Amino acid sequence: MSPLELDHSTGVATGDPMLPDWYTVERVRRENHDTFTLELRARDGETHFAFLPGQFNMLYVFGVGEAPISISGNPAATDRVVHTTRAVGTVTRAMWRFKRGDAIGVRGPFGTHWPVEQAEGRDLVLVTGGIGLAPLRPVIYHVLAHRQAYGRVVLLYGARTPDDLLYDEELLFPPQPLSIDVDVTVDRAVAGWRGRIGVVTSLISRAPIHPDNAVAMLCGPEVMMRFAVQALMTRGVPVDRIYVSLERNMKCGVGFCGHCQYGPAFICRDGPVFRFDAIERFFGVREI
Amino acid sequence: MAKGSGKKGSAMRGIGPFGRPSRVIPKESLRNLLEVLRLRGYTLIGPTVRDQAIVYDEISSPQELPIGWTDRQGPGTYRLERREDDAFFGFVVGPQSWKKFFFPPAQRLFQISRDGKEIHTTPDPVQTRKRALIGVRPCELRALAIQDRVFTGGAYVDGSYRRLREDVFILAVNCGEPAATCFCASLDTGPQVTDGFDLAITEVIEGTRHEFIVHVGSELGARVLEAVPSREATDADSATEREIVQRATRRMSRALERSQLKELLYRNYESPRWDQVAARCLSCANCTMVCPTCFCSTVEDVTDLSGDHAERRRLWDSCFTMDFSYIVGGSVRASTRARYRHWLTHKLATWQDQFGVIGCVGCGRCITWCPVGIDLTEEVAALRGRESPDGGSGAIQENHHDRTES
Ligand SMILES: Cc1cc2nc3c(=O)[nH]c(=O)nc-3n(C[C@H](O)[C@H](O)[C@H](O)COP(=O)(O)OP(=O)(O)OC[C@H]3O[C@@H](n4cnc5c(N)ncnc54)[C@H](O)[C@@H]3O)c2cc1C
Ligand code: SF4
Ligand code: SF4
Ligand code: FES
Repeated sequence: MSPLELDHSTGVATGDPMLPDWYTVERVRRENHDTFTLELRARDGETHFAFLPGQFNMLYVFGVGEAPISISGNPAATDRVVHTTRAVGTVTRAMWRFKRGDAIGVRGPFGTHWPVEQAEGRDLVLVTGGIGLAPLRPVIYHVLAHRQAYGRVVLLYGARTPDDLLYDEELLFPPQPLSIDVDVTVDRAVAGWRGRIGVVTSLISRAPIHPDNAVAMLCGPEVMMRFAVQALMTRGVPVDRIYVSLERNMKCGVGFCGHCQYGPAFICRDGPVFRFDAIERFFGVREI
Repeated sequence: MAKGSGKKGSAMRGIGPFGRPSRVIPKESLRNLLEVLRLRGYTLIGPTVRDQAIVYDEISSPQELPIGWTDRQGPGTYRLERREDDAFFGFVVGPQSWKKFFFPPAQRLFQISRDGKEIHTTPDPVQTRKRALIGVRPCELRALAIQDRVFTGGAYVDGSYRRLREDVFILAVNCGEPAATCFCASLDTGPQVTDGFDLAITEVIEGTRHEFIVHVGSELGARVLEAVPSREATDADSATEREIVQRATRRMSRALERSQLKELLYRNYESPRWDQVAARCLSCANCTMVCPTCFCSTVEDVTDLSGDHAERRRLWDSCFTMDFSYIVGGSVRASTRARYRHWLTHKLATWQDQFGVIGCVGCGRCITWCPVGIDLTEEVAALRGRESPDGGSGAIQENHHDRTES
């Protein structure tokens, strides 16, 4: 996050945060019927992309536009950039059509990160819904790589239907059990589903954590997070150890365009990850 | 360029910030002053009359200033009228502000061309010239200082803005006659400049006397003034100037009470007053377009027919549009109530947390250019009124995690 250097001979700011760098799509993986994961590498030279779990990039599709998308890869693997995206509109549908070798513009990484370091020595409870799992995957990679640094680690994940689940082979139902607890629920089941049915927030009450020593990280629809915060507080997780990732329209990612304002915060700069007590005052205000 | 420190200095007592005594030039010498700036390579930009309004544009001599014109302003009304004298600066502020020169309403950010596997991104070079802004009002100087913070004061710097702000000479003008919509005195942003200028003038018209008292705000300002014949200001001149500025303060009919402003708005997210103002507000975005501090923008991506050339433009945007807060599933601020609330709360409260200052400088433009005459000073007074013992408050609870749905 260094300020710009200005080239006075051309009038162009070098390292301009508004200018995309070009990457190549190296791999496309369909996660489900509308969600896909892209693995990107720098178009010129080696890829060195360092980021902190929870940060996002502005992804640009040639001539179509830009969208803020969280980085969902392994933070230790700086030789690639990984994004999991749900195709919902103009830009993300154009990205859905990407094939190996296509070019994509990247600006970032931007924003704040999950408190993986402060959470060391504590239990972790990750509460996610839908695509909200993607911004938390880097935390899971980090935890698995530093497993002994944490206590109980619980991932609670809710999806609309079993067909909407993300990362199912790798994370939810891996061939080798992971060293974290994963609890999955769906809103609506289909034939053959033997798992839980119901909202993800209902899993909180029985999550095997010590509330007085736990850190919670939440990402998903705002209603889901509202109920999750209540359930966590009911269990005794202190408000200053609950973190949420928020979402608003974004046009710049660096605090200039004003679109992402949430009360006094610019979500692109002061977020997307907030300690809950920092935004609690605004969380219940409708149309904020 | 003299950059405002943002600090309020003491009132001028004939001594400029650089310790130089103020000087006096006859009205004819304004021409010489502008000529000196031109010879130094500055493009002159100043107020001029176009389509029955005063706008900021390139000018070549003082003759193009709105000589003998004044602007009659009120909520929802603006009219140019002839003055009885031939004042150069006998008006206040028009629909435009200086921000358009540094934060252009439409600006190409970059072009991209695709040639097989090759992709070239060409950022748009920022075309700069030395510019002299002639006739910047005190409130507008403050607005420039605020936008400087927005675009260059954070971790990221807007390169184009910074570049356009370089090599700017500022000739400020103290105000003698406020418009009915002005309220700078209550915000301490006028009617007299304190810093952030190269030269500042006060126009004095008394009987046959027509002169300018000139203050020096920078080394550059001093050098420019040296090239123009002038005399030292006397105590009498300083007294005259004080009277002019004090008269402006006395005549200001509007005020925005600053005390506890941030807390007032933070307490009132659920005030019924927002419904009342929303019933009048057309969500037309005029207030944000005329405001000298509003900085919101959007981007537009386009391609040519071949699909091998694309460009991205940045355009002024407004928090009053439906698209502004769009996310998948719909606009966050779908109601006019939420949009007006966001606008006022941003200007007066959240802005303070973001940038350390209020986002309003009291220029009154949003009052004048609102088609239905909504007046933010009135809205704030109404919020305060509702909180008074008999007013009834719509305050939100500070801790609401025990509520189920809000
Ligand atoms: C910090 C952050 C991280 C995100 N991470 C992910 C992620 O990892 N995976 C994922 O699938 N989605 C993520 N999103 C949501 C994603 O940005 C939107 O789905 C996407 O912008 C939709 O763009 P579109 O052009 O496809 O949709 P359209 O509906 O065509 O959008 C039009 C415009 O509206 C704006 N917009 C629409 N929806 C959103 C939105 N939800 N958030 C912000 N701006 C929006 C954009 O500016 C877009 O250009 C994230 C959003 C934010 C703010
Ligand atoms: S909010 Fe209104 S009065 Fe305040 S600076 Fe903006 S236009 Fe001027
Ligand atoms: S008031 Fe609205 S348009 Fe103006 S800066 Fe704030 S959010 Fe942007
Ligand atoms: S996305 Fe532009 S200010 Fe946050």
